[in-house]
Amino acid sequence: MGEAATNAPRVGLFVTCLVDFFRPEVGFATVNLLESAGCHVDVPEAQTCCGQPAYNSGDLDDTRAIARQVIETFSAYDYVVVPSGSCAGQLHKYPELFAEDDDWHRRARDLVGRTWELLSFLTDVLAIDPPETPARGCFTYHDSCSGLRQLGIHGQPRQLLAGSPDIELREMDDSTVCCGFGGTFCVKYPEISERMVDEKIRNITATGADTLLGGDLGCLMNIAGRLQRQGKPVAVRHAAEVLAGQLDTPPIGARETD
Amino acid sequence: MAVRQADFRARAQAALQDDNLRDALDKAKGGFVDKRASAILDLPGFETLRERGRQIKDHTLAHLDTYLETFEQNVERNGGQVHYAADAEAAREAVLAICRDASARQVIKAKTMAGEEVGLNEALEHEFETVESDLGEYIIQLAEEPPSHIIAPAVHKTRAEITALFDRHHHQREGGPLRETPDLVDEARGVLRQKFLGADIGISGANFLIAETGSIALVTNEGNADLSTSLPRVHIAIAGIEKLVPGLEEASSMLRLLARSATGQQITAYTTFITGARREADPDGPEEFHLVLLDNGRSRMLGDEFREMLRCIRCGACMNHCPVYSAIGGHAYGWVYPGPMGAVLTPMFQGLDKSRDLPNACTLNGRCQSVCPVKIRLPMLIRRLRDHEFEQRLTPTGTRWALQAWAWLARRPRLYQLATRSAGTVLRTLGKGRARRVPLAGAWTAARDLPLPSAGGTFQQRWRAARTSRGEQA
Ligand code: SF4
Repeated sequence: MGEAATNAPRVGLFVTCLVDFFRPEVGFATVNLLESAGCHVDVPEAQTCCGQPAYNSGDLDDTRAIARQVIETFSAYDYVVVPSGSCAGQLHKYPELFAEDDDWHRRARDLVGRTWELLSFLTDVLAIDPPETPARGCFTYHDSCSGLRQLGIHGQPRQLLAGSPDIELREMDDSTVCCGFGGTFCVKYPEISERMVDEKIRNITATGADTLLGGDLGCLMNIAGRLQRQGKPVAVRHAAEVLAGQLDTPPIGARETD
Repeated sequence: MAVRQADFRARAQAALQDDNLRDALDKAKGGFVDKRASAILDLPGFETLRERGRQIKDHTLAHLDTYLETFEQNVERNGGQVHYAADAEAAREAVLAICRDASARQVIKAKTMAGEEVGLNEALEHEFETVESDLGEYIIQLAEEPPSHIIAPAVHKTRAEITALFDRHHHQREGGPLRETPDLVDEARGVLRQKFLGADIGISGANFLIAETGSIALVTNEGNADLSTSLPRVHIAIAGIEKLVPGLEEASSMLRLLARSATGQQITAYTTFITGARREADPDGPEEFHLVLLDNGRSRMLGDEFREMLRCIRCGACMNHCPVYSAIGGHAYGWVYPGPMGAVLTPMFQGLDKSRDLPNACTLNGRCQSVCPVKIRLPMLIRRLRDHEFEQRLTPTGTRWALQAWAWLARRPRLYQLATRSAGTVLRTLGKGRARRVPLAGAWTAARDLPLPSAGGTFQQRWRAARTSRGEQA
């Protein structure tokens, strides 16, 4: 943890509930990338979830309560960085929750102005040079929906991965089509979701890539879980892990060697 | 047509197991998506045109009362009659009354989604010999099925299924040889030609209603609408009130958007403007022209937060690009409007309580919005319907309970972190490396393994431990 210079941007990491619970490695990779780029990173303790499950189920009162908590917790940072397009996108929706409350609406807008998805923050705000990592192999990239359509994330991860000489990126067909995760959708309509993820897997395996990357843990867990079930040998990782050169943990969903 | 909502899940399930349907959907999906993409590449200003389309529709909707009045006056000046229908029943009655007044026996129909919406066919078939002249509609009429797509109503049918239908209805036989598509088209043409000549009434929809001239614009690729509206004595058009545009200029912008978005064409094979009944100098045309203007819930939408849904020009692009529609097809949606537009319109027209699943069976991935020619924020509207379900307590009790319990915890970070720590340990123990069956996660593990939490605890836990051990403030 290098002590960043005093004028270093102060970044509050919104770690997301999935990363916190299932894949802390993505959190550490994120910190690593941000610190290498000269940021001072804090992880406020009072964070839990962005409120998406409530919001997408129509429970607006709970969504508002969670949103207020996030707004307060992250009020003091220059930037709020999130290793997920979907959760960053949810923070960007907070203002519309407070259409009838001027004060909270203003505070929500202020949060939006400071909130970035990790990969686009690295390229579009910090303008870092793509890191040269030891990762090698043939990779393919899934563009998660909220990051892509709400936040315009498409070129950024590709640009960052291009810094590693031994990564070959092979684009799959329909990389921008939904993988069938959809938050609670995948457990509310499991059979439809299954058909959708199978379609995604068809496109992934057709590239012959050995690793699938993406920027959203939800989608990656969905795809990894299905790949595992089908016994397909494609490794799945969050792009941050690769960019931070953090390849010692087993891929998402891979069985640990006991 | 009655809504068949209650069993969305069952229908989706059946659709997923139907291999014929899957083949048909795979073919259709690729065709529509690729054709649209290349048509748009050929028109660099497409984004500007979309914005113009949105503005035209918004402007018209904001002044709908005035445009309706102008339109009605112009229709009447051209010798036509306008009939306002407040709901589906009124629309059916209006059409039936016109047919009876004309002592009709045979009715020929061109494709009309408004007609499907009000269940016109069932009403007509009791009294009149009624035949669909759009090939797709004709096929599903023989099959006694509702359309599964608003542009390609029989998109779910394979060539073999159509051959079998034609054998049964045209030749009263089973098991004839499989025929090529052009042969099937010719065969249907032959049958339909007779029907055109014998019909007293022609019924069509309208793609746009043009206020300044009192005309309707109709687009087809088969030319059947032209025959349906010019050969019979009486022409009845039925259209929703949202189909209005101010003038010809605006109609032409909308037509350019429609053709590209629907079928990837620069322009459809037939684009017809019809203004009133036959005039003295006209070589052909009907003696009477009637326009049934359908409200059926639209004016209510004008005044609420779902107004932008009334911009819809029924192009079908949203369903062509919807991965859920591609998985289950149109019939699973249970009514005449499938896919993302149907997930909004069906609850609007039929009631949210009868279509509870539709707004939920969506991942909110936003591809529909990105292709909609009039920029309807479909995912926002679909999600908004979930707010209404929650408010009206239509959300299943178990879901409500689980959500609120989770939200309660999410608002108490210390407790939340304790809970996630122990849940992680429990899950790792239960899953033991092969998370194929985890209590309460059955819906996930039916088709997928559950990736287990990494060893060593939650991020928060590890982060703070690392800080403390290095003497930094956690
Ligand atoms: S909602 Fe948009 S994309 Fe869908 S049918 Fe209507 S106009 Fe076309």
